[in-house]
Amino acid sequence: MSDAIKAATLEYATRLGDDSVVLGHRISEWVSYGPFLEEDIAYGNVALDYIGRARMFYTYAAELANDGRTEDDFAYMRSDREYRNLLLMEMPKGDFAYSQVRQLFADVYYTLVLPELLQSKDETLSAIAAKGIKETKYHLRRSRDWVLRLGDGTEESHKRTQKAVDALWGYTHEMFDMDETEQMLADAGIAVDVSKLRTAWHKMVSDILTEATLTVPEDGWAVRGGRTGYHTENLGHMLTEMQIVHRSHPGCQW
Amino acid sequence: MNEISLMPEEQYRRLQQRNAAEVKELWDLLDQVKDPEVPVLSIWDLGILRDVERDGDRILVTITPTYSGCPAMNTITDDVIAALKANGYDDVEVKTKLSPAWSSEWMSPEGRRKLRNYGIAPPEDAELDEDGLTPDAHAQCPHCGSRNTRRISEFGSTACKALFQCNDCNEPFDYFKKI
Ligand SMILES: [Zn+2]
Repeated sequence: MSDAIKAATLEYATRLGDDSVVLGHRISEWVSYGPFLEEDIAYGNVALDYIGRARMFYTYAAELANDGRTEDDFAYMRSDREYRNLLLMEMPKGDFAYSQVRQLFADVYYTLVLPELLQSKDETLSAIAAKGIKETKYHLRRSRDWVLRLGDGTEESHKRTQKAVDALWGYTHEMFDMDETEQMLADAGIAVDVSKLRTAWHKMVSDILTEATLTVPEDGWAVRGGRTGYHTENLGHMLTEMQIVHRSHPGCQW
Repeated sequence: MNEISLMPEEQYRRLQQRNAAEVKELWDLLDQVKDPEVPVLSIWDLGILRDVERDGDRILVTITPTYSGCPAMNTITDDVIAALKANGYDDVEVKTKLSPAWSSEWMSPEGRRKLRNYGIAPPEDAELDEDGLTPDAHAQCPHCGSRNTRRISEFGSTACKALFQCNDCNEPFDYFKKI
Protein backbone atom coordinates (compact mmCIF):
# COMPACT_ATOMS: atom_id res chain seq x y z
CA MET A 1 0.00 0.00 0.00
CA SER A 2 1.49 3.38 -1.00
CA ASP A 3 1.67 6.11 1.64
CA ALA A 4 -0.93 8.22 -0.15
CA ILE A 5 -3.39 5.33 -0.39
CA LYS A 6 -2.72 4.39 3.22
CA ALA A 7 -3.37 7.90 4.50
CA ALA A 8 -6.54 8.14 2.43
CA THR A 9 -7.76 4.74 3.62
CA LEU A 10 -7.17 5.81 7.22
CA GLU A 11 -9.27 8.91 6.59
CA TYR A 12 -11.96 6.85 4.84
CA ALA A 13 -12.18 4.22 7.61
CA THR A 14 -12.42 7.03 10.16
CA ARG A 15 -15.28 8.67 8.25
CA LEU A 16 -17.22 5.43 8.02
CA GLY A 17 -16.55 4.75 11.70
CA ASP A 18 -17.76 8.25 12.58
CA ASP A 19 -21.01 7.74 10.64
CA SER A 20 -21.62 4.49 12.50
CA VAL A 21 -20.78 5.59 16.01
CA VAL A 22 -22.76 8.84 15.77
CA LEU A 23 -25.86 7.16 14.37
CA GLY A 24 -25.44 4.26 16.82
CA HIS A 25 -25.32 6.70 19.71
CA ARG A 26 -28.39 8.58 18.49
CA ILE A 27 -30.34 5.33 18.22
CA SER A 28 -29.19 4.26 21.67
CA GLU A 29 -30.78 7.42 23.10
CA TRP A 30 -34.13 5.70 22.56
CA VAL A 31 -33.29 2.81 24.88
CA SER A 32 -35.80 2.82 27.76
CA TYR A 33 -37.94 5.40 25.89
CA GLY A 34 -39.32 3.08 23.21
CA PRO A 35 -43.11 3.06 22.72
CA PHE A 36 -43.30 -0.57 23.87
CA LEU A 37 -40.92 -3.22 25.10
CA GLU A 38 -40.19 -4.99 21.79
CA GLU A 39 -39.51 -1.70 20.07
CA ASP A 40 -37.22 -0.68 22.88
CA ILE A 41 -35.24 -3.89 22.45
CA ALA A 42 -35.16 -3.41 18.69
CA TYR A 43 -33.60 0.03 19.15
CA GLY A 44 -30.97 -1.43 21.44
CA ASN A 45 -30.16 -4.13 18.89
CA VAL A 46 -29.84 -1.76 15.96
CA ALA A 47 -27.69 0.64 18.02
CA LEU A 48 -25.41 -2.25 18.90
CA ASP A 49 -25.00 -3.21 15.23
CA TYR A 50 -23.87 0.31 14.41
CA ILE A 51 -21.56 0.64 17.39
CA GLY A 52 -20.06 -2.74 16.53
CA ARG A 53 -19.50 -1.57 12.99
CA ALA A 54 -17.85 1.61 14.27
CA ARG A 55 -15.51 -0.48 16.41
CA MET A 56 -14.40 -2.46 13.36
CA PHE A 57 -13.77 0.67 11.29
CA TYR A 58 -11.89 2.36 14.16
CA THR A 59 -9.83 -0.72 14.90
CA TYR A 60 -8.77 -0.73 11.27
CA ALA A 61 -8.08 3.02 11.33
CA ALA A 62 -5.91 2.54 14.42
CA GLU A 63 -4.03 -0.26 12.69
CA LEU A 64 -3.35 1.97 9.67
CA ALA A 65 -2.38 4.94 11.85
CA ASN A 66 0.06 2.71 13.76
CA ASP A 67 0.82 5.49 16.24
CA GLY A 68 -0.28 3.82 19.46
CA ARG A 69 -3.90 4.97 19.26
CA THR A 70 -6.70 2.47 19.77
CA GLU A 71 -10.33 2.36 18.67
CA ASP A 72 -11.23 4.16 21.91
CA ASP A 73 -9.00 7.10 21.07
CA PHE A 74 -10.85 7.53 17.80
CA ALA A 75 -14.26 7.45 19.47
CA TYR A 76 -13.57 9.30 22.69
CA MET A 77 -10.58 11.57 22.23
CA ARG A 78 -11.53 13.57 19.15
CA SER A 79 -13.55 16.78 19.26
CA ASP A 80 -16.51 17.60 17.04
CA ARG A 81 -14.26 19.47 14.59
CA GLU A 82 -12.26 16.30 14.15
CA TYR A 83 -15.32 14.15 13.50
CA ARG A 84 -16.08 13.48 9.83
CA ASN A 85 -19.58 11.99 9.98
CA LEU A 86 -22.45 12.93 7.70
CA LEU A 87 -24.69 15.56 9.28
CA LEU A 88 -27.77 13.37 8.90
CA MET A 89 -26.37 10.97 11.52
CA GLU A 90 -25.89 13.63 14.21
CA MET A 91 -29.35 15.21 14.12
CA PRO A 92 -31.04 14.88 17.53
CA LYS A 93 -33.41 11.96 17.93
CA GLY A 94 -36.51 14.16 17.72
CA ASP A 95 -39.84 12.38 17.97
CA PHE A 96 -40.38 8.76 17.01
CA ALA A 97 -41.34 9.63 13.42
CA TYR A 98 -38.23 11.77 13.01
CA SER A 99 -35.93 8.97 14.16
CA GLN A 100 -37.63 6.40 11.93
CA VAL A 101 -37.44 8.63 8.85
CA ARG A 102 -33.74 9.30 9.48
CA GLN A 103 -33.29 5.55 9.93
CA LEU A 104 -35.05 4.83 6.64
CA PHE A 105 -32.78 7.31 4.82
CA ALA A 106 -29.71 5.70 6.40
CA ASP A 107 -30.90 2.12 5.90
CA VAL A 108 -31.60 2.63 2.20
CA TYR A 109 -28.20 4.30 1.90
CA TYR A 110 -26.40 1.34 3.49
CA THR A 111 -28.47 -1.09 1.44
CA LEU A 112 -26.79 0.49 -1.58
CA VAL A 113 -23.34 1.33 -0.16
CA LEU A 114 -22.43 -1.93 1.59
CA PRO A 115 -22.73 -4.30 -1.41
CA GLU A 116 -20.40 -1.89 -3.26
CA LEU A 117 -17.98 -1.78 -0.34
CA LEU A 118 -18.02 -5.58 -0.33
CA GLN A 119 -16.31 -5.35 -3.74
CA SER A 120 -13.52 -3.18 -2.30
CA LYS A 121 -9.98 -4.29 -3.03
CA ASP A 122 -9.26 -3.54 0.62
CA GLU A 123 -9.92 -6.85 2.40
CA THR A 124 -10.77 -5.37 5.78
CA LEU A 125 -13.27 -2.86 4.42
CA SER A 126 -14.83 -5.65 2.39
CA ALA A 127 -15.09 -7.91 5.45
CA ILE A 128 -16.75 -5.17 7.52
CA ALA A 129 -19.25 -4.61 4.70
CA ALA A 130 -20.02 -8.34 4.56
CA LYS A 131 -21.06 -8.29 8.21
CA GLY A 132 -23.19 -5.20 7.74
CA ILE A 133 -25.17 -6.36 4.71
CA LYS A 134 -27.32 -8.94 6.48
CA GLU A 135 -27.88 -6.67 9.48
CA THR A 136 -29.00 -3.86 7.20
CA LYS A 137 -31.70 -6.06 5.67
CA TYR A 138 -33.29 -6.34 9.10
CA HIS A 139 -32.82 -2.64 9.82
CA LEU A 140 -34.47 -1.62 6.57
CA ARG A 141 -37.43 -3.92 7.03
CA ARG A 142 -38.09 -2.30 10.38
CA SER A 143 -37.68 1.36 9.39
CA ARG A 144 -39.66 0.80 6.18
CA ASP A 145 -42.51 -0.83 8.12
CA TRP A 146 -42.57 2.03 10.59
CA VAL A 147 -42.57 4.76 7.96
CA LEU A 148 -45.44 2.99 6.14
CA ARG A 149 -47.35 2.60 9.37
CA LEU A 150 -46.82 6.17 10.54
CA GLY A 151 -47.23 7.84 7.14
CA ASP A 152 -50.35 5.90 6.32
CA GLY A 153 -51.58 6.00 9.91
CA THR A 154 -53.52 8.66 11.81
CA GLU A 155 -53.74 12.30 10.85
CA GLU A 156 -51.26 13.12 13.63
CA SER A 157 -48.72 10.42 12.71
CA HIS A 158 -48.94 11.37 9.03
CA LYS A 159 -48.36 15.04 9.85
CA ARG A 160 -45.35 14.30 12.03
CA THR A 161 -43.80 11.91 9.55
CA GLN A 162 -44.16 14.36 6.65
CA LYS A 163 -42.63 17.06 8.84
CA ALA A 164 -39.67 14.77 9.55
CA VAL A 165 -39.20 13.96 5.86
CA ASP A 166 -39.21 17.66 4.98
CA ALA A 167 -36.86 18.56 7.85
CA LEU A 168 -34.30 15.85 7.03
CA TRP A 169 -34.37 15.94 3.23
CA GLY A 170 -31.80 18.73 2.95
CA TYR A 171 -29.30 16.67 4.93
CA THR A 172 -29.41 13.73 2.52
CA HIS A 173 -27.59 15.37 -0.43
CA GLU A 174 -24.27 15.28 1.38
CA MET A 175 -24.41 11.47 1.46
CA PHE A 176 -23.61 11.38 -2.26
CA ASP A 177 -20.74 13.89 -2.33
CA MET A 178 -17.29 12.77 -3.38
CA ASP A 179 -14.12 14.67 -2.51
CA GLU A 180 -10.52 14.18 -3.67
CA THR A 181 -9.72 11.63 -1.00
CA GLU A 182 -12.68 9.40 -1.76
CA GLN A 183 -12.30 9.84 -5.51
CA MET A 184 -8.70 8.69 -5.35
CA LEU A 185 -9.73 5.65 -3.34
CA ALA A 186 -12.67 4.94 -5.63
CA ASP A 187 -10.32 5.06 -8.64
CA ALA A 188 -8.08 2.57 -6.83
CA GLY A 189 -11.05 0.24 -6.30
CA ILE A 190 -11.05 0.78 -2.53
CA ALA A 191 -13.82 3.28 -1.76
CA VAL A 192 -17.40 3.36 -2.97
CA ASP A 193 -18.27 6.03 -5.53
CA VAL A 194 -21.36 7.21 -3.68
CA SER A 195 -22.22 9.79 -6.35
CA LYS A 196 -23.36 6.89 -8.53
CA LEU A 197 -25.86 5.69 -5.92
CA ARG A 198 -27.94 8.82 -5.72
CA THR A 199 -30.50 7.91 -8.38
CA ALA A 200 -31.10 4.46 -6.90
CA TRP A 201 -31.45 5.93 -3.40
CA HIS A 202 -33.94 8.53 -4.60
CA LYS A 203 -36.01 5.87 -6.35
CA MET A 204 -36.11 3.46 -3.40
CA VAL A 205 -36.93 6.19 -0.88
CA SER A 206 -39.53 7.81 -3.14
CA ASP A 207 -41.31 4.47 -3.65
CA ILE A 208 -41.54 3.91 0.10
CA LEU A 209 -42.63 7.48 0.88
CA THR A 210 -45.29 7.33 -1.85
CA GLU A 211 -46.59 4.02 -0.55
CA ALA A 212 -46.76 5.66 2.89
CA THR A 213 -48.95 8.43 1.34
CA LEU A 214 -46.17 10.94 2.00
CA THR A 215 -44.93 13.62 -0.37
CA VAL A 216 -41.40 13.37 -1.72
CA PRO A 217 -39.82 16.80 -1.17
CA GLU A 218 -38.33 18.93 -3.93
CA ASP A 219 -34.56 19.35 -3.75
CA GLY A 220 -34.82 22.96 -2.60
CA TRP A 221 -32.03 23.26 -0.04
CA ALA A 222 -28.98 21.31 1.10
CA VAL A 223 -26.69 21.45 4.11
CA ARG A 224 -23.15 20.14 3.85
CA GLY A 225 -20.01 20.09 5.94
CA GLY A 226 -19.76 16.85 7.93
CA ARG A 227 -16.94 15.37 5.87
CA THR A 228 -14.81 18.49 6.43
CA GLY A 229 -15.57 18.73 10.14
CA TYR A 230 -18.13 21.55 9.98
CA HIS A 231 -21.00 20.22 12.03
CA THR A 232 -24.32 21.39 13.37
CA GLU A 233 -24.31 22.42 17.02
CA ASN A 234 -25.87 19.06 17.86
CA LEU A 235 -22.72 16.98 17.51
CA GLY A 236 -20.79 18.85 20.20
CA HIS A 237 -23.55 18.24 22.74
CA MET A 238 -23.78 14.60 21.78
CA LEU A 239 -20.04 14.01 22.06
CA THR A 240 -19.92 15.73 25.44
CA GLU A 241 -22.28 13.11 26.77
CA MET A 242 -20.74 10.22 24.87
CA GLN A 243 -17.16 11.04 25.88
CA ILE A 244 -17.48 12.29 29.44
CA VAL A 245 -16.85 9.02 31.27
CA HIS A 246 -13.84 8.12 29.18
CA ARG A 247 -12.32 11.58 29.47
CA SER A 248 -13.00 11.86 33.21
CA HIS A 249 -11.19 8.60 33.95
CA PRO A 250 -8.30 8.41 31.50
CA GLY A 251 -6.95 4.90 31.04
CA CYS A 252 -9.46 3.40 33.46
CA GLN A 253 -9.93 -0.38 33.17
CA TRP A 254 -12.56 -2.56 34.79
CA MET B 1 -21.50 -37.25 -9.66
CA ASN B 2 -23.61 -35.35 -7.19
CA GLU B 3 -22.98 -36.15 -3.59
CA ILE B 4 -25.76 -35.59 -1.15
CA SER B 5 -24.26 -34.68 2.18
CA LEU B 6 -26.22 -34.77 5.40
CA MET B 7 -24.27 -31.85 6.73
CA PRO B 8 -23.98 -28.36 5.27
CA GLU B 9 -20.69 -27.84 3.47
CA GLU B 10 -19.47 -25.23 5.98
CA GLN B 11 -19.99 -27.54 8.94
CA TYR B 12 -18.25 -30.38 7.15
CA ARG B 13 -15.23 -28.19 6.43
CA ARG B 14 -15.03 -27.07 10.06
CA LEU B 15 -15.16 -30.65 11.27
CA GLN B 16 -12.44 -31.66 8.80
CA GLN B 17 -10.28 -28.77 9.98
CA ARG B 18 -10.69 -29.81 13.62
CA ASN B 19 -10.02 -33.48 12.98
CA ALA B 20 -6.97 -32.78 10.87
CA ALA B 21 -5.50 -30.25 13.30
CA GLU B 22 -2.07 -30.91 14.81
CA VAL B 23 -3.33 -29.50 18.07
CA LYS B 24 -6.54 -31.48 18.29
CA GLU B 25 -6.33 -31.47 22.10
CA LEU B 26 -6.54 -27.67 22.07
CA TRP B 27 -9.69 -27.73 19.96
CA ASP B 28 -11.17 -30.17 22.50
CA LEU B 29 -10.13 -27.94 25.34
CA LEU B 30 -11.62 -24.82 23.77
CA ASP B 31 -14.81 -26.75 23.07
CA GLN B 32 -15.34 -26.32 26.83
CA VAL B 33 -15.50 -22.52 26.57
CA LYS B 34 -19.15 -21.45 26.54
CA ASP B 35 -20.81 -18.54 24.83
CA PRO B 36 -21.67 -16.15 27.70
CA GLU B 37 -25.09 -15.34 26.20
CA VAL B 38 -26.15 -18.86 25.29
CA PRO B 39 -24.29 -20.86 27.93
CA VAL B 40 -25.36 -24.27 26.59
CA LEU B 41 -23.30 -23.66 23.44
CA SER B 42 -19.55 -23.78 23.28
CA ILE B 43 -17.64 -21.43 21.01
CA TRP B 44 -17.06 -24.48 18.80
CA ASP B 45 -20.79 -25.29 18.62
CA LEU B 46 -21.57 -21.72 17.63
CA GLY B 47 -18.84 -21.50 15.02
CA ILE B 48 -17.06 -18.62 16.73
CA LEU B 49 -13.88 -20.68 17.13
CA ARG B 50 -12.19 -20.48 13.77
CA ASP B 51 -8.64 -21.69 14.16
CA VAL B 52 -6.10 -22.89 16.72
CA GLU B 53 -2.39 -22.93 15.95
CA ARG B 54 0.76 -23.65 17.95
CA ASP B 55 4.04 -21.96 17.20
CA GLY B 56 6.61 -23.25 19.70
CA ASP B 57 5.18 -22.35 23.12
CA ARG B 58 2.88 -19.78 21.66
CA ILE B 59 -0.80 -20.53 21.03
CA LEU B 60 -2.69 -18.47 18.48
CA VAL B 61 -6.49 -18.71 18.62
CA THR B 62 -8.66 -17.12 15.92
CA ILE B 63 -12.26 -16.24 16.66
CA THR B 64 -14.95 -14.46 14.67
CA PRO B 65 -17.89 -12.32 15.85
CA THR B 66 -21.44 -13.47 15.11
CA TYR B 67 -22.83 -9.91 14.81
CA SER B 68 -20.91 -6.66 14.38
CA GLY B 69 -21.87 -5.46 17.82
CA CYS B 70 -21.65 -8.80 19.61
CA PRO B 71 -20.79 -7.61 23.13
CA ALA B 72 -19.63 -11.09 24.13
CA MET B 73 -16.38 -11.01 22.14
CA ASN B 74 -14.29 -9.46 24.92
CA THR B 75 -15.57 -11.98 27.47
CA ILE B 76 -14.95 -14.84 25.06
CA THR B 77 -11.39 -13.64 24.50
CA ASP B 78 -10.80 -13.56 28.26
CA ASP B 79 -12.39 -17.00 28.72
CA VAL B 80 -10.23 -18.53 25.96
CA ILE B 81 -7.08 -17.16 27.59
CA ALA B 82 -8.21 -18.35 31.03
CA ALA B 83 -9.04 -21.85 29.76
CA LEU B 84 -5.63 -22.22 28.13
CA LYS B 85 -3.79 -20.75 31.14
CA ALA B 86 -5.54 -23.20 33.45
CA ASN B 87 -4.02 -25.96 31.34
CA GLY B 88 -0.50 -24.60 31.43
CA TYR B 89 -0.45 -22.53 28.24
CA ASP B 90 0.76 -19.09 29.26
CA ASP B 91 1.65 -17.56 25.94
CA VAL B 92 -1.69 -17.08 24.21
CA GLU B 93 -2.84 -14.65 21.58
CA VAL B 94 -6.48 -14.34 20.53
CA LYS B 95 -7.07 -12.79 17.15
CA THR B 96 -10.42 -11.63 15.76
CA LYS B 97 -10.97 -12.36 12.09
CA LEU B 98 -13.86 -10.78 10.22
CA SER B 99 -13.63 -12.51 6.86
CA PRO B 100 -15.38 -14.63 5.77
CA ALA B 101 -18.34 -13.30 7.74
CA TRP B 102 -19.83 -15.67 10.31
CA SER B 103 -22.86 -17.62 9.16
CA SER B 104 -25.39 -19.52 11.27
CA GLU B 105 -24.64 -22.46 8.91
CA TRP B 106 -21.44 -22.96 10.89
CA MET B 107 -23.30 -24.04 13.98
CA SER B 108 -22.57 -27.67 14.80
CA PRO B 109 -25.34 -30.32 14.74
CA GLU B 110 -24.85 -30.87 18.50
CA GLY B 111 -25.19 -27.10 18.90
CA ARG B 112 -28.57 -27.13 17.15
CA ARG B 113 -29.81 -29.93 19.39
CA LYS B 114 -28.56 -28.24 22.53
CA LEU B 115 -30.19 -25.00 21.50
CA ARG B 116 -33.57 -26.67 21.01
CA ASN B 117 -33.36 -28.41 24.38
CA TYR B 118 -32.50 -25.09 25.97
CA GLY B 119 -35.74 -23.58 24.62
CA ILE B 120 -34.32 -21.67 21.64
CA ALA B 121 -35.41 -22.61 18.13
CA PRO B 122 -32.30 -23.12 15.96
CA PRO B 123 -32.02 -21.33 12.56
CA GLU B 124 -33.34 -24.23 10.48
CA ASP B 125 -36.58 -24.47 12.48
CA ALA B 126 -38.15 -21.69 10.40
CA GLU B 127 -38.63 -21.23 6.65
CA LEU B 128 -37.23 -17.84 5.72
CA ASP B 129 -39.45 -15.37 3.87
CA GLU B 130 -38.84 -14.34 0.24
CA ASP B 131 -36.31 -11.69 1.33
CA GLY B 132 -34.30 -14.29 3.22
CA LEU B 133 -35.32 -12.82 6.56
CA THR B 134 -37.01 -14.21 9.65
CA PRO B 135 -40.64 -15.04 8.75
CA ASP B 136 -43.56 -13.58 10.70
CA ALA B 137 -44.89 -17.03 11.65
CA HIS B 138 -44.35 -20.80 11.79
CA ALA B 139 -40.97 -21.14 13.48
CA GLN B 140 -41.19 -24.48 15.26
CA CYS B 141 -41.89 -24.18 18.98
CA PRO B 142 -38.99 -25.77 20.92
CA HIS B 143 -41.35 -26.60 23.81
CA CYS B 144 -44.19 -28.49 22.10
CA GLY B 145 -43.03 -28.82 18.48
CA SER B 146 -45.98 -26.91 17.03
CA ARG B 147 -45.57 -24.84 13.87
CA ASN B 148 -48.56 -22.75 14.81
CA THR B 149 -46.50 -19.83 16.10
CA ARG B 150 -46.12 -16.13 15.40
CA ARG B 151 -43.29 -13.63 15.54
CA ILE B 152 -43.68 -11.08 18.32
CA SER B 153 -40.48 -9.15 17.69
CA GLU B 154 -37.83 -9.12 15.01
CA PHE B 155 -35.22 -8.23 17.60
CA GLY B 156 -34.93 -10.46 20.65
CA SER B 157 -32.95 -10.45 23.87
CA THR B 158 -29.71 -10.40 21.87
CA ALA B 159 -28.87 -9.37 18.30
CA CYS B 160 -28.79 -12.99 17.13
CA LYS B 161 -32.36 -13.81 18.19
CA ALA B 162 -35.97 -12.96 17.31
CA LEU B 163 -38.91 -13.45 19.66
CA PHE B 164 -41.82 -15.79 18.86
CA GLN B 165 -44.88 -17.04 20.69
CA CYS B 166 -46.53 -20.44 20.30
CA ASN B 167 -50.29 -20.32 19.63
CA ASP B 168 -50.74 -23.88 20.94
CA CYS B 169 -48.84 -23.99 24.23
CA ASN B 170 -48.74 -20.16 24.56
CA GLU B 171 -45.07 -20.17 25.54
CA PRO B 172 -42.88 -17.39 24.17
CA PHE B 173 -39.53 -18.52 22.78
CA ASP B 174 -36.38 -17.17 21.16
CA TYR B 175 -35.55 -18.06 17.57
CA PHE B 176 -31.88 -18.01 16.61
CA LYS B 177 -31.84 -15.98 13.39
CA LYS B 178 -30.40 -17.35 10.22
CA ILE B 179 -27.72 -15.08 8.85
ZN1 LIG C 1 -45.58 -24.62 21.80
